[in-house]
Amino acid sequence: MEPGNGVVASMPARDRASEPAAGGSYLNREDRANLFRFMVMMRTSEERAITLYRQGKVPGSFYDGCGQEAISVGAAYVLGPRDRMCILHRDLGAHFVRGVTPDRYLANYMGRAGGVTKGKEGNMHFGDRELGCVGMVSMLPDMALVATGMAMAFKQRREPRVAMTFFGEGSTANGQWHEAMNWAGIHRLPVVFVLENNQFAYSTPNELEFAVDPVERAGVYGFPGVKIDGNDVEAVFEAARVAAERARSGEGPTLIECETMRMHGHGAHDDMSYVPEGMHEEWARRDPIDRYAKRLTEEHGFSADEVETIRSAVKAYVDECAQQAVASPMPEPDEGFAGVFADEPTPLGDGHAPWSHWAERTAEVA
Amino acid sequence: MPELTYLEAISDGLREEMRRDESVLCMGEDIGEFGGAFKVTNGFIEEFGADRVLDAPLAENAIIGTAVGVAVEGMRPVCEMQFADFISCGFDQLVNVAAKLHYRQGVAVPMVVRLPSGGGFSGGPFHSQNPEAWFLQAPGLKVVAPATAADAKGLLAASIRDPNPVCFMEHKGLYRYVKGEVPEGEHVVELGSAHVAREGEEMTVIAYGSAVHFALEAAEQLDESIEVVDLRSLCPLDTDAILASARKTGKVLVAHEATQSCGVGAEVAALVAAEAFEDLDAPVRRLTAPDVPIPFSPPLEQAVLPQLDDMKEACRELLAY
Repeated sequence: MEPGNGVVASMPARDRASEPAAGGSYLNREDRANLFRFMVMMRTSEERAITLYRQGKVPGSFYDGCGQEAISVGAAYVLGPRDRMCILHRDLGAHFVRGVTPDRYLANYMGRAGGVTKGKEGNMHFGDRELGCVGMVSMLPDMALVATGMAMAFKQRREPRVAMTFFGEGSTANGQWHEAMNWAGIHRLPVVFVLENNQFAYSTPNELEFAVDPVERAGVYGFPGVKIDGNDVEAVFEAARVAAERARSGEGPTLIECETMRMHGHGAHDDMSYVPEGMHEEWARRDPIDRYAKRLTEEHGFSADEVETIRSAVKAYVDECAQQAVASPMPEPDEGFAGVFADEPTPLGDGHAPWSHWAERTAEVA
Repeated sequence: MPELTYLEAISDGLREEMRRDESVLCMGEDIGEFGGAFKVTNGFIEEFGADRVLDAPLAENAIIGTAVGVAVEGMRPVCEMQFADFISCGFDQLVNVAAKLHYRQGVAVPMVVRLPSGGGFSGGPFHSQNPEAWFLQAPGLKVVAPATAADAKGLLAASIRDPNPVCFMEHKGLYRYVKGEVPEGEHVVELGSAHVAREGEEMTVIAYGSAVHFALEAAEQLDESIEVVDLRSLCPLDTDAILASARKTGKVLVAHEATQSCGVGAEVAALVAAEAFEDLDAPVRRLTAPDVPIPFSPPLEQAVLPQLDDMKEACRELLAY
């Protein structure tokens, strides 16, 4: 199922991503089940992690992306194996799409040896290089520049590959965001910038963050910006698909602003007292997972049982992963001293690419 | 062997590596058609093209940050800060992203940041600094500081081939002042190896960069048996070479142009005090700039930066101890 190296590199610049599948959609039934499954996996895993945090098993603080699941899942789902990502702290779904499993995520939160960073880093500060991901730092939006650099390498080597990164609207106030947008625009780089406007930078509301909607800034850097409903996973997928296709065919970057709301505090310690009355309730009615469950049954021919089966199967899987993570060992203290310097280059590996489009490509090439 | 200036040797080393390995590329402000503020990349764009000699907009974090991106994707970027001082504008990407990626995520970041540093020509507080100690407090960065033309070429080659981020301190005062024989073709000087630039018995000056030349000149003029150890590499530091010379002469002066507190001199002095205490005949001394910014006006700058006379005086004092 997993395409190997070289498959994507041999693709023509215009590929099947520009051709809808039968029925006029780029998503088949299995894709839709996957989108739902990954969103549920993100929410279930984060809920489990909050429980572990409250039980005192998670050192430090806790950060999640409750309410934002559609964005990381929908956007990551368009990527091919050799595309690369810099994933941020509200985007657990993207890690799952690329192949990280919940046990390694939970182990990372608990500082265990089996976590993605072997205990070197906590919470969402991880990226599995074997799966083509470079992990985030706390300074935002530093990874926008790193993703821009990866895209520069693709362009220079004339490889039809895409770099994708996420950031919140808070990041758009920082100079490095502008440096990244400007650089990507100058060189028309194959990078997809996914902006999650979750209404607050910690406690600071949009009106104190910018005078101009950040999506409008894309134009002044010389590339398109689109604003979409970030709680609609298929809308996110479609915007990311178009952006990735543009990037792959040499047309340059795209900024996608996903309108959403961070339904939990900035961290577990944040009581969200700054949220105006009624706002939380209003966004709760637009929950991306409930909405998609409804859409699967009403528009895409899924039965209520099928939807429920996905939910329960994910829950059982995450339970099993949590047990493994809790039972896993802490790192040996020596690990704290290891790896300051590299002895040799460490090429990034390729990520999982579950979109049926990539499987079809692989089958054709094979 | 051809005789090259320190500046020509850096160009030569960079050109050699770009010819040898097509994954090496240069990034920086005004480095393309213009050839760089100091002309290190003069003629490069004609030979290697605009993709590999990339003129950057005035955005240092972007230079360092995108270099991290191309580096993790298998290329070997060599970033030029127009002046070392401007690394402050790219510091976040350097110390938070580049320096820590391998420790945190197991991702190697093979990149070099060239840093034209040092004073002596009325550059003022923002074009004269020696910021090497900033980097030494960021684990994950290697730091080298060549003093000779041959080492400039050889250390640059080693820095480019290293799988880690390397800060390459090139002293502007040495660019055209220092000349020497430089091996043609491939020439690599291993990182972390100091060099005894002058043998002596009575005392040791441990120095790097411009201070090496002051030390050599002072030793000649004083006509004393002074050993001069050129560190060449500040991280990794050649502790064996430092301790061997300290034990041999029993008197150590550490000299650099950078400011004093928590600098390389402090580190070397602490090392010698801890490991060679029994062999010392005198306290370890330091000759450095004082803890002040580098002023503009020539008499002020000369007063602040260590001069040849200061080096001779420091050596005389230690010899007489």
